[in-house]
Amino acid sequence: MLLEVQGLCVNYGHIEAIRDITFGVEEGTVATLIGANGAGKTTTLKTISGLRKVRAGQILFDGKDITQLPPYERVLMGLSQSPEGRGVFPGMTVRENLDMGAFVRKDVKTAAYQQDLDRVYDLFPRLKERQGQAAGSMSGGEQQMLAIGRALMAKPRLVLLDEPSMGLAPKLIQQIFSIISEINAQGTTVLLVEQNAAQALKRAHTAHILETGEIVRSGTGHELAGDDAVKAAYLGGDV
Amino acid sequence: MMAGMGSISARWDRVVDRYNAQPKIVKILWVTLLLVIAYAMPLLRPPIITTNSIDFGTVMFRVIAFALVALGLNIVIGYAGLLDLGYVGFYAVGAYTTAVLTVEHGSWPFFLALPLAIVVTMISGVILGAPTLRVRGDYLAIVTLGFGEIIRISVNNIEWVGAAAGIKNIPHPTGIGAKPEPPFKQGGLFEIPRLEWNGLVPSFDTEHKSAFLAFGSRDAVPYYWLILTVLILVLIGDRLVKASRVGRAWEATREDEDAAELMGVPTFKYKLMAFALGASIGGLSGSFYASSQAGYINPQSFPLLLSMLFVAAVIVGGSGNRWGAIAGGALVAYLPERFRDFADYRLLVFGLALTVLAVWRPEGLLPPRQTRRAKAAEAEIDALEEGDLEETPNV
Repeated sequence: MLLEVQGLCVNYGHIEAIRDITFGVEEGTVATLIGANGAGKTTTLKTISGLRKVRAGQILFDGKDITQLPPYERVLMGLSQSPEGRGVFPGMTVRENLDMGAFVRKDVKTAAYQQDLDRVYDLFPRLKERQGQAAGSMSGGEQQMLAIGRALMAKPRLVLLDEPSMGLAPKLIQQIFSIISEINAQGTTVLLVEQNAAQALKRAHTAHILETGEIVRSGTGHELAGDDAVKAAYLGGDV
Repeated sequence: MMAGMGSISARWDRVVDRYNAQPKIVKILWVTLLLVIAYAMPLLRPPIITTNSIDFGTVMFRVIAFALVALGLNIVIGYAGLLDLGYVGFYAVGAYTTAVLTVEHGSWPFFLALPLAIVVTMISGVILGAPTLRVRGDYLAIVTLGFGEIIRISVNNIEWVGAAAGIKNIPHPTGIGAKPEPPFKQGGLFEIPRLEWNGLVPSFDTEHKSAFLAFGSRDAVPYYWLILTVLILVLIGDRLVKASRVGRAWEATREDEDAAELMGVPTFKYKLMAFALGASIGGLSGSFYASSQAGYINPQSFPLLLSMLFVAAVIVGGSGNRWGAIAGGALVAYLPERFRDFADYRLLVFGLALTVLAVWRPEGLLPPRQTRRAKAAEAEIDALEEGDLEETPNV
């Protein structure tokens, strides 16, 4: 297991945001957490990346306990997150955002760095076209791509993606998900949080359903996609 | 509003672009010319710019001292995005450390006391910042506001630092050449006459000369030269830091603290660094203030209002741009002196001038390109929300 979450509880004041969550992500796979708004998906991701304090439970990354580590040390270990929505630096250009993603790297002037930059530009040709443009002036979809590309610039072993399809046109959703599969095929483990259950389950090796802060179902993506209860609750009229 | 914002910034950009396009030798010539003009300013005393009711050299010293403070505060507010409303506290710590070491409880020469004043202020910045920088936004502003007042009220009540009477006879910096012997000799290696203007016709004023380089109580110009030199050095340091990893970390932290953490930026560490660095520049300016012409400080020299003026300087100039901070600091120090002809109304005129600036250019005189970009992006999003979809190509 690359990532193991054991009995995780997180509170906002007195309110329990997530309760006793346990799951793991195998190296080289795509795992997904799906659920409705407010189910605790984003909180789970933020806790894994270190932005939220843990009340109880443990997070292990590559076998090491990272529960108390500050976020920047987790990035150094190879854990990188693309935040939800407009999580880019709006005043910086696209290129500056990507460079910021590589903040922890020491090889910024080398060919290896250029190669990673080219890889991001290959995944998202749009970003190359808009290198010099202010990130804040791009469309929601482009900002989403930039946030993912920026997370990849840290050369992570595990990338956490928070609702990459949020607010996108249907055609673009397809594209973003196939890019996620491609990122995984290139060797990066992915933990994906999504409301778009149909797409997420199709791409994921393992999937977990969150409801009001608890995991209520787990299985392979294929299993859950075929499950009648899941279909009724999450796949209703979805594409 | 947007049109007004474009013109000065665009013109400034064009000046910068044209400068960058010049060959190296031309650049050096330009910089040299500007430096000569800057150093000679209080001697040139150009008409219209010069002040009649108060010594122009004194005004110019104050202008550069304010610019230096603004440059330091710009690191805290402009680069790291931390609103510090008690910056005068650091200014006071620097001034009092210098006064205590040179006259009150020691007899150190100024240039030995200066580095220690900087260190002490930096430490006070860390002490204040370490617990408070963990809170975000408004709380920091409130805590720093309190800090400025605590320092002022403390020195007002501590006999060890002179209490309300303050500290006098603070020694001047050591000069080069002969020592000044008031009231006849200014000392120094040589003396430079200043210009006198009769309308637009200049002539040498041989009665008023400035000594290179002796610091006495009669002439402010040598102090001006000293502090201008310090300003230039700080400016170079500021440029190096801003262009480094540290500068990028500040920028990311200011724009989105959570996102910065996710990029691997230890934001607390970088905020504390900005706070301490800003504080030390405040202490540096305070130290020069203490040892300037009058050689006298008291608690009344460090009112809350001064903190507000420092913040105003940074905001008016364009928070985040070092040239903006310098322009803002210079303006805030210069305008009240220039308006002295209005006598009792000078502060009213000054207040009006600041208000007009705030309305006309809310981003400041010379906002950094990030601010302008973010503004442009906001306008674009507003336009989108109002339904002008065809204007912006969407994916």
